[in-house]
Order: sequence, then C-alpha cells, then structure tokens
Amino acid sequence: MTVSAAFAWLLAPCRARCNESAPVDLDALAGCLSSSACLVTQTTSGLIIGMLLFLVAVGLTLIFGVLKVVNFSHGAFYMFGAYFAMTAYQLTGSFALAMLAGAAGTAILGLIFERVFMSRVYGADVLMQLLVCYAFVLIFDDVVRIIWGPEFRSMGMPAAFQVMPLFIAGGVVPPYYLLLIGVALVAAIVLGIGLSRSRIGKVIRAAAHNPGMVSALGINTGLIYGGVFALGGMLAGLAGALAAPVRSLTPGMGFSVLIESFIVTVIGGMGSILGALIGALLLGLIRSFGSLGFPLFTEGLMYLFMVIVLVSKPTGLFGKEAA
Amino acid sequence: MTELEAGHAEALAPAQSGAAFQRYRDILFALVAFAVLASLPLFTGSKALLDFVIRCSAYGLFATSLNLLVGYTGLTSFGHGMFFGLGAYSFGLIMQKLAVSIPVAFAATLAITALIAATIGAICVRLKEIYFAFVTLAFQMLIHSTILSWASFTGGDQGLRGGIPRPAFLGIDLSNHVHLYVTSCALLILGLLAMRQIAQSPFGYTLRMIRDNAARASFLGIDVWRAKLTVFVLAALFASMGGMVMALFVSGAYPEFAYWTISGEGIFINMLGGVSTFLGPMVGTVLLLLLNDTVTRLTEYHGIVLGVVILFFALGLRKGLLDFAAEWVSRRRNAGEGR
Repeated sequence: MTVSAAFAWLLAPCRARCNESAPVDLDALAGCLSSSACLVTQTTSGLIIGMLLFLVAVGLTLIFGVLKVVNFSHGAFYMFGAYFAMTAYQLTGSFALAMLAGAAGTAILGLIFERVFMSRVYGADVLMQLLVCYAFVLIFDDVVRIIWGPEFRSMGMPAAFQVMPLFIAGGVVPPYYLLLIGVALVAAIVLGIGLSRSRIGKVIRAAAHNPGMVSALGINTGLIYGGVFALGGMLAGLAGALAAPVRSLTPGMGFSVLIESFIVTVIGGMGSILGALIGALLLGLIRSFGSLGFPLFTEGLMYLFMVIVLVSKPTGLFGKEAA
Repeated sequence: MTELEAGHAEALAPAQSGAAFQRYRDILFALVAFAVLASLPLFTGSKALLDFVIRCSAYGLFATSLNLLVGYTGLTSFGHGMFFGLGAYSFGLIMQKLAVSIPVAFAATLAITALIAATIGAICVRLKEIYFAFVTLAFQMLIHSTILSWASFTGGDQGLRGGIPRPAFLGIDLSNHVHLYVTSCALLILGLLAMRQIAQSPFGYTLRMIRDNAARASFLGIDVWRAKLTVFVLAALFASMGGMVMALFVSGAYPEFAYWTISGEGIFINMLGGVSTFLGPMVGTVLLLLLNDTVTRLTEYHGIVLGVVILFFALGLRKGLLDFAAEWVSRRRNAGEGR
C-alpha cells in the first residue's frame, strides 16, 4: 500500500484545489473490494483483458524465444484478426467462420511477412529489425484505412450470445466472456503441452536453442521460423477476432495492445509461456481494479509495475538468465 | 551490433596530435554554419522556411543527443523522448508559474532534467540491451501518464495552454520571430559543438570502448556504470534543450512531446541519417521533417509512403544515408590507392 499512499500524496493537492474527477479514489476501490458483486464483475473484466493480452503476448514471446526477434508489428496482426473476423461475419453470418477467418488469415499473413521481409534481417542490428517492423506498422494501418475506412467499426455481438447474462455471487457475467476466457485457456494449455511434449514442439525448442545443429540434422529451419511466426500471428489474430464483438475496430487499434503485450512479456520474462500467462492476468487485474482506485493513472500503474519488476528482476518473473 | 561496428572501425584510432587542430576546425565549421543560418532571414522572408529550421533545431538537438547513447555508447534507449517532453514541460511551467527571466528558466530546467535523468539513469543503465530499452520505455510512459493524470498542474491531455510568456532579455525578444529563429540556431550550433567535444574527448573514446567491449573496458579500470550514467545524463540535458526550443516555438507543451513516438522518431532519424557519423542524426532530422511535410501535403495515406521509404533504408541500403555516403567515399579512396 505504500506505493498507492505515495501517489495519493502526490496527487492530493489536485483533489483539494480542482473540482475535476479525482485522480485517486481509494474509497471506490475499498468499496468494491468489500462487495462480492463488484468483485466478481471487476475480476471477470480483468480476466478477459488478461486473456486477450495473453493471446497476443504469447505469440510475441514465442517469436522472440525462437527467432530472437522482437516483433514490433505484432499489434497489426491483432488488428487484422479483428477486421477479418468482422468481414467474414458480415458475409456469412457465422461466428465460427468469423473466428476461423481471423485466425487463418493472420496465420497466412504472418507466414508471408516472415518469409519475404523479416527473414532478411535476422542477425542484423536490433534497430534494423525494429525499423522494418515500424515500417509495417505504418503500412498496415494505412492498408486497413484504405480497405475498411478510417472510422470506428463494430462487428456486433453474434445472436447466439445475445442471451441473459449469468449472475455469479451477485456479479454480472456475460456468457461471451466465459467463451473468451475458455478459448484462451484452451489455447494456453494446447500450446504449453504441444511445445513440451509433441515432436514438432521439441524441434521448435531445439531450433530456439541451436538452429545450426537443427539445420545440420536435416530439418528445414526456415520452415520452422515461418511456422512459428505464422503461429504467433494466428494467436494474435484469434485474439483480435475474439475481441471484435466487444471492442470497437479502428486502424491503429493494435498499438495499445502491442505496448501492453510488451509489458506482459517483459514482466513474465521474454520467451516464457507461463510467464506470459501470469503477466497477462496480473496486468488485466491491475487494469480493471486500478481503473476504480486510480481512474486517471491506470496506465501509469502498469508501467510502474513493469519498472518495479524489471528493477528487481531484469529478466522478468519467469525469464531465464540472458544467454 | 555488426552493422554498427563495421562503420566504426576506422574512427577508433584517436588522432592525438591532431586533436587541437580538429577542435579549431570544428569551431570554425560551427561559426560558418551559424553565420549561414543566421543570415538566412536577410535573403528570404519565408516564414515557413524559418519555421522549418527551428523545428530542425529542436529535433536535431534531440536526435543527436540520442546518438550519443545509441551510436557512441551502444545504449539503445526507447525512452529518450521523456527528456524532450520534460524539457518542454519544465520550461513552460517555470515560465508560466514563476515569472522568471528566460535564461533562469533555461538553467533551472537543465538542473531539473539532470536530477531526474540521474535518478532514472541510475536504475536503467544497470540493465543490458533489450531490457535497457524496455525499462527506459516504461519510464517514458510513466512520465507520460503522470503528465496526463496530473491535470491541475500540467493541463492533462489538453497540454500546457495559455502560451508561455517570453519577456525580453539582453536585447533578445523571443516573441519576435526572427529573434526566436536566430536563438534556436545558436542553441542548435552550441549544442552540436558541445556534443562534438564530448564525442571527441577521451571520455567519448571511453564510451566507444564500452560499446565495443564493456568487459574489456571494465578490466582496464573504467567504471562502466558511472560512464554510462554520465552519458545518459549528458544526453538527457541536450534532449531537454531540444524540448525547450520546441516549447518556445509552439508556445506551449503537449503530452505528445513525452509520448513514446517521439523516442521512436528519434531512433528512426538516427537510422535514416546514420549512427556512425556525428552529423548523421542531423541529416536524418532534415530528411524526416522534409519527408513528413511533403508526404502529408501529397497524400492522406502518408503511413504507406513513409513505411516504404523506411523499408528502402532498412532492407535496401541497410544503413543510414550519411553512413552509406561515408562508406562509398572510403571505398572509392581505397580503390584509388590500390591502382
């Protein structure tokens, strides 16, 4: 509580002097923590933020772990996933097809992006890799603006989920939220088991460890790199598709998600899937409860948390010592 | 770091005998550059051109100071823009609330920047490479969030409005456009000259050694942490100067000045111009501002055009423009000697 007390002190003069909404509202936070209804509502909203972040961040951390590249354009895949899903839903009216379009479309995009552009800057300076990604952030945003228009779009909630919300301990939980959390959890489990148990998972981990040796054993590392990038893109696209019914779609929507999933990977440790899950959930909860206690400083709380983690353990909560 | 090292190979031998000569040459060069820039208003009445040079001064100071970190020390900061924003806000707030003279506010802002940069730097420079980049980014966003949420003091997302008072001092009236222009140019030239001195000093060569091999530098008895912290604070001071020029130019300060995109643009400018020559970032600044201005005038989809240009530099040239030119010249020279 010392940190929040410090901020309360820092921001207190405003509350006394100005009549805007108070930047620090610890009463609201305490009130929520003591009511089970509010607790359930805030926790679910924290969980869905966290789960969407996890899907984006896990792709980021996977790509970093195997390809040793920080994919700065990862947010664009989230954005494309959402737009693909919206278009597919409007054309077919099927929610399942919309999800499929979001995931498959971005997987193909990721494969092309990696093979044609990113594969040219492996081993180059980190700045060079960032620059290529930065260029594509600009290009992709404008491509979306040209195809779908600059205005806010929305996909709308599919009819199947337009039912009465569930009431759990007095808190309101829309059924769609449960689906979203479930899908992300399944993805996390499949990914975790797949990487540690399956043959492909083992090859991927081997390629992350020693690509030269893997390639000498007759395995096409280029294919693995492309595949991992496609998988990462697909997960981000799936997150975008899942978010499409509950968020508004706009060019540049990938950016805030990108920054937050960076925080997640850094907190959890670059390259760690479990770290990404824990980091994403922590960040989601900080966001949802922080918005009650520190309405104007919610973002600041996340960065503060990241600074604290990085200073105390530079490699992140679950990161291994840098090679 | 191979790309960076390659360009630096020949620059690493300090020419000791020529050091004094080089310093006089730099000063002479600076004087000529200032004379040319300062006499510009005599030949043209174009306000747009003068505005362009003022913006170049602000961004040029910022980008060149970032190069002290990125190019010379190998510290890839993603949060350098926080000092640009800090300079603009601190200067604006001091002028608005305390009604002091401009040089006093200028000095006070530098002192505040040094203090904050030393605190943040002490935490950041312990970390390596990508982690250093991320923690500087986090501090940048922390400062940005603080500016946004502390609305009663900083004006929140509206920025610092109501204009910055610009009382005349020493016969210089900064509300006069030409005076503002000449002052900006003077600050730019003085800042560049000071940074050039830092880069060419023994300390500057210590920084290059830390970049190339920190462990060896440490074995030779250099306190790497202290050297990194020193250059972090020095670079912050020049970035803050850039922020002050910007605040004077727009007569205000906006949260965007402290947003991470400023840091991103700084990195981009450095890559565009080249990090292995001192003036590379300056060339990059002029290029980016020209590019931004012309492209926004021609098309509303300037992201695509800018992106393709970046791709051309990153995948085609694979280095900044001035790096490319320097390498081309040295290759020509080598070929000539071979014959």
